[in-house]
Amino acid sequence: MNQIMSDKRVIALYTLPALLLISVLIYVPLVLTGYYGLMDWDGIGSMTFIGLENYAALITDGMFWSSAYHSLLLALFSVGSLVLYLAVSVVLAGNIKGADLFRKIFLIPMLLSSVAIAQLWMRIYHPTNGVMNRFLASIGIENPPLWLSDTSIVLFAIFIPIIWQYAGFYIIIYYAALKNIPKELVEAARIDGASPLQIAYKIKLPLISGVIKVTIVLAVIGSLKYFDLIYVMTDGGPNGASEVMASYMYKLAFRTNDFGYGSAVGFFLLVLILIVTYLIRKATTSKDDSIQY
Amino acid sequence: MKKKSFISLAALSTAAVFTLAACGGNDSEEASAGAGNNDNGEAAQEDVTIDFMHLWPQGSSPDHHRIVEDIISDFEEMHPHVTVELEVLENEQYKNKLQVVSSSNQLPDVGMTWPAGFLEPYVNGELFAPLDDVLEEDNMRDDFVAGTLEAYSVDEQAYAMPLELNIAPVFYNEAIFEENGVEVPETYDEFLEVIDTLADNGVTPIALGNRDRWTGSLWYMYLADRIGGSDALNSAIDRSGSFEDERLEEAASRIQEMVDHDAFISGFNGLSDQEAKAEFMNSNAAMYLIGSWDLPNYTTNEEIPQEFRDNIDFFKFPEVDGGEGNIDNWVGGPGVGLFVAENSDVKDESKAFVKHFTEEWGKRSVEDAGVIPGTQVNTDEVDLPDLFIDVLDDLNNASDITLFADVQMSSSVAETHLNMIQSLFGEEITPEEFVERHEEALEEDE
Repeated sequence: MNQIMSDKRVIALYTLPALLLISVLIYVPLVLTGYYGLMDWDGIGSMTFIGLENYAALITDGMFWSSAYHSLLLALFSVGSLVLYLAVSVVLAGNIKGADLFRKIFLIPMLLSSVAIAQLWMRIYHPTNGVMNRFLASIGIENPPLWLSDTSIVLFAIFIPIIWQYAGFYIIIYYAALKNIPKELVEAARIDGASPLQIAYKIKLPLISGVIKVTIVLAVIGSLKYFDLIYVMTDGGPNGASEVMASYMYKLAFRTNDFGYGSAVGFFLLVLILIVTYLIRKATTSKDDSIQY
Repeated sequence: MKKKSFISLAALSTAAVFTLAACGGNDSEEASAGAGNNDNGEAAQEDVTIDFMHLWPQGSSPDHHRIVEDIISDFEEMHPHVTVELEVLENEQYKNKLQVVSSSNQLPDVGMTWPAGFLEPYVNGELFAPLDDVLEEDNMRDDFVAGTLEAYSVDEQAYAMPLELNIAPVFYNEAIFEENGVEVPETYDEFLEVIDTLADNGVTPIALGNRDRWTGSLWYMYLADRIGGSDALNSAIDRSGSFEDERLEEAASRIQEMVDHDAFISGFNGLSDQEAKAEFMNSNAAMYLIGSWDLPNYTTNEEIPQEFRDNIDFFKFPEVDGGEGNIDNWVGGPGVGLFVAENSDVKDESKAFVKHFTEEWGKRSVEDAGVIPGTQVNTDEVDLPDLFIDVLDDLNNASDITLFADVQMSSSVAETHLNMIQSLFGEEITPEEFVERHEEALEEDE
């Protein structure tokens, strides 16, 4: 048995199906996207090779940079919101009454599909009939904000449901990590006279730091490639005020039939995410890290 | 034992690869069979299959779907050697699929396309067959409403048969008009007065879902048409003129004037057309500018209360004082049309099918599905609600039809146009910037 399993050819054979699938579904399209990015192509007719012209256009494309800025803002907000999730998880893991119920409540948004969430929040934000503006009107605010049509606030109005959508996901991760901390450690600290705040800061957080790093990477990557709610709720509008990189890429490729340029944006996005992930890893790795990502 | 499973595993993975490869394979056998059939003429009558892709699924467009089924079974009866294979997809999926199959040159024999900007890349890629030979038969060309075939033509060659034609009337709620003592406006100044009266009485004058952007574009197009005549906008787009035309700029400033008069529903830039329509349907707004595809909602759709339907009428977009436009001019455009694939191996049968389909569709679509066809409808012969007849009569008397701007323009210019429309309505840019940005985009596209 062991002899068979250590045979390199057998190992190769075992990994072959998975390797084939992942190549066909992920790596081949990835390389193709990079290739299309060097072409002038409308997605239908013939391609013309134009080298790096698409990327040159990208650098001077104001729409792209404003969408990149929006994606970056979203990443910052998502990472910031992790602090909130962590605080909630610490409280939930601290054996308070009804923790189980709250955990489930926080998890609900995760069970809904993005489109359902988008529809829900579009109702909430509706300028006249929405819950939000009805409420604001009832407490005497005369001209409540037009959440999704005002270019100065639309982006933040969309951030709220996005952050809400992922709350359950991160809370579950933190909650599980916190529950895994050996009770003895916490107890020992308590006997030594540490306050609950000190326990949280000095004992619990360092112990789950690996998990925190993973969530930061997840939040940043997820934000940079974010698409769903924005596509459904505003379609990047009004006039690009809520456009992010992925929605801009979609528009280029499928609306304006500029497949070459759209592919270039997509490839750029990939490279950007790789770089950012690398940087975050660099900045947060310590010697005794056991979790790799 | 172990060894055996390795072998079967290996066999399985190889099989998987071949299956994947087979998916990409071409139907070359079928192709040669089809070609043979053409050579032998009618005598041989080998069985052939026409692949037909359309976008009216039974679930969302039952009436359309039924007519299509009927037409197909008629056709199959008339031509026993032909079978029509159907593939039905929803609008967006349809667009995506068409693009994907076209890049591997595997278009269905017959399918649906949109005019002008959508059709052009397909024609340039030589994927659609010219249909002029079909149009010459029985003078079919004359059956179409003026201007519709042109929308599917590139260099004077028609590449698709128009099935749908839509114009955009201003629908209004008579009950609301009566309550507020206002009458149908005939000039732009009267129109502004109506808006003011309604707004002062706390009624939303116009439902507009400008998140979808083409909705706002309709308003702009009408004003451009009434101020500059159909020629101003058209010549700017086809580059015989410039977009930096004072008439086009005036139209833009009129839009902002309307916004300042609180003409449009609050938050319109964040509302979808569906949401705006809901406001109009709930009698929360007095007017709504939309294509005639919405007519069934105000006439035959039993799901909508009779009382509401009775209250709805339409008027032609008012004339602007001193403007060059004609009140009988409509903004509108053909919807989908039928194309035949250039590399189809059953081209003759496909062309016959397209001809048959277009003729039959023209006879039945208004009455059975509430769709105005691209072919002329004799209003004396059809049994339809008055509102429908009025629209059809006005259509037959139309002096000209200005094609929807985002359809006329190439897709990248259209994208700029639609974004500018949102900014214009949101008062983030001046009318001057509005025309400048259009001119830039059009110039760049040349």
